[in-house]
Amino acid sequence: MRHRPAVGSVVVIALLGLGAGFAGGLRLPDPIQIQMGHKFAPPLTKGHVLGADELGRDVLSRLLHAGRISLTVGVAAMLVTVTFGALLGTVAGYFRGAIDAVLLRITDAMLSFPPIFLLLALAAFVPPSLASMTLIIGVTSWMDVTRIVRAQMLALREREFVQGARGLGASGARIMLRHLLPNTVGIIAVAATLSVARAILLESYISYLGYGIQPPLASWGNMLNNAQSYFASAPWVAIFPGIAITLAVTSFNFLGDGLRDAFDPRHVLPQR
Amino acid sequence: MHRYLIRRILQALIVLVLVSIVGFLVLHLAPGGPAAIYANSPTMSAEDLDRLTHELGLDRPVPEQYVRWVGGVLSGNWGRSYRDGRPVREVVLDRIPATMVLMVSAFTVAVGLGLFTGIVSAVRQYSLFDHLLTFGSMVALSIPTFWLGLMAIYVFAVLLGVLPPGNMGTIGADFALGDRLRHLVLPAATLGVVMVATWSRYTRASMLEVIGEDYIRTARAKGVARGAVILKHALKNALIPLITLAGLQLPLVFSGALVAETVFTWPGMGRLFVDSIGYRDYPVLMGLLMLTAVMVVLGNFLADLVYAAVDPRVRLS
Repeated sequence: MRHRPAVGSVVVIALLGLGAGFAGGLRLPDPIQIQMGHKFAPPLTKGHVLGADELGRDVLSRLLHAGRISLTVGVAAMLVTVTFGALLGTVAGYFRGAIDAVLLRITDAMLSFPPIFLLLALAAFVPPSLASMTLIIGVTSWMDVTRIVRAQMLALREREFVQGARGLGASGARIMLRHLLPNTVGIIAVAATLSVARAILLESYISYLGYGIQPPLASWGNMLNNAQSYFASAPWVAIFPGIAITLAVTSFNFLGDGLRDAFDPRHVLPQR
Repeated sequence: MHRYLIRRILQALIVLVLVSIVGFLVLHLAPGGPAAIYANSPTMSAEDLDRLTHELGLDRPVPEQYVRWVGGVLSGNWGRSYRDGRPVREVVLDRIPATMVLMVSAFTVAVGLGLFTGIVSAVRQYSLFDHLLTFGSMVALSIPTFWLGLMAIYVFAVLLGVLPPGNMGTIGADFALGDRLRHLVLPAATLGVVMVATWSRYTRASMLEVIGEDYIRTARAKGVARGAVILKHALKNALIPLITLAGLQLPLVFSGALVAETVFTWPGMGRLFVDSIGYRDYPVLMGLLMLTAVMVVLGNFLADLVYAAVDPRVRLS
């Protein structure tokens, strides 16, 4: 609670979530309705709080609806990442030996690819949709989670409670599920929030490049798709989606940092 | 030392093999296969398509294709671009210098700035500077690089008109160092912002850890001047883990370079990759994917070597 940026982040995220969740309910202009008469309307004119884009669509409305998409992809991708990563990390850390070595090398190999190169290559080959975006982001982001979960597993497996469980005849799976994993939740939670941040960022990259969420469906990334051409006429089209992305990603990052500090007993918070 | 070296070399080789397999699988998972782009052409008859498929070796079993491809790569034949038929190796190597210029300049500035701010932040922990920097670097890490680039273009090229909005040099003009540098500023700065933030955070953390060590306290107790303690003793030891960081950051620098190159129409590997995706130019895509991954593996290997050279404890383990 003393970690002000983290608490602030929760507030921001809650606001974003509410805004995105209720985007349909608020009395805002239709985000995909083209109104050429309102083309490039500056903010606070013609009923557009944040202005209108090149097809006369309301920016604020699109922003909130896009938020829905981007945040959903972020959280969903996180679930894929964390599930897959925790699974691999647990297996690698618990069984050690050859399995660990192989998994470790595979992790290293995947980490050697620049993330966006790999992501783009996959994104270009799958039909773009929420589900496919979620999957490919998840499938290319599990490495970090695997590493930290594995490290934690290696540390925990020698502890007394694990030896006790083994002594009582618990099977490997049982030990992993009921003893090791619950003690890793804190670490996984931190990794999860950070991976949401990363996923939102990655989705915006692919969508900006045109291979992610396709128009007329809006995502923060694809709202910036042609923004470069409209600098002279409507800079607000380019400014607001970027602010939204930055806000969301920063919040999740601070949240993750705050969680990390909360879980780490050695960390001393600055005196007020 | 030898055992460490051999172990690292073996690991790097295994990773390289795995990298090649992953890369190959990724690009051959494409629906329709590499010949798909030709299949859409109305002038292509079924027999032509079959013949093309056979010529490109695409009708052989996948493992065999992989082996042939690896053999080709190792002997210098990276295939031909689907777009214009030029050898892939030529196309790719052509673009390397541009990307290297961008990456190296961004890297140097970012590391320099990052180290500096990280050290100051650590030495003046909890000061206003420290708090601002910590907050600032977190935000900097969260800004989408392409948006930062767009904003930079808007402010400096459109509004103020002092810097060019893209490309490596003025089109049509001869080479002029000043002109090239002016074109380099925005892309390198955009790419560097995220790197500065990362390096600053890690330097700060590493310095804080080192400053807390006993030998620092001993040096101060002995009467060594504060500046000397920071620079000579603390910094030298704090830099060691940062060597590994340099290696680990490499893939991210490539990624950032891709985005920066796209926004600023910089003629580098990243933009070639994006263009090639549009053309479904698989040979070039494969070449780029593999090249970057190999460069990353080599970079990490080098970082490990430097680390071992600098930290004797590693060699003796």
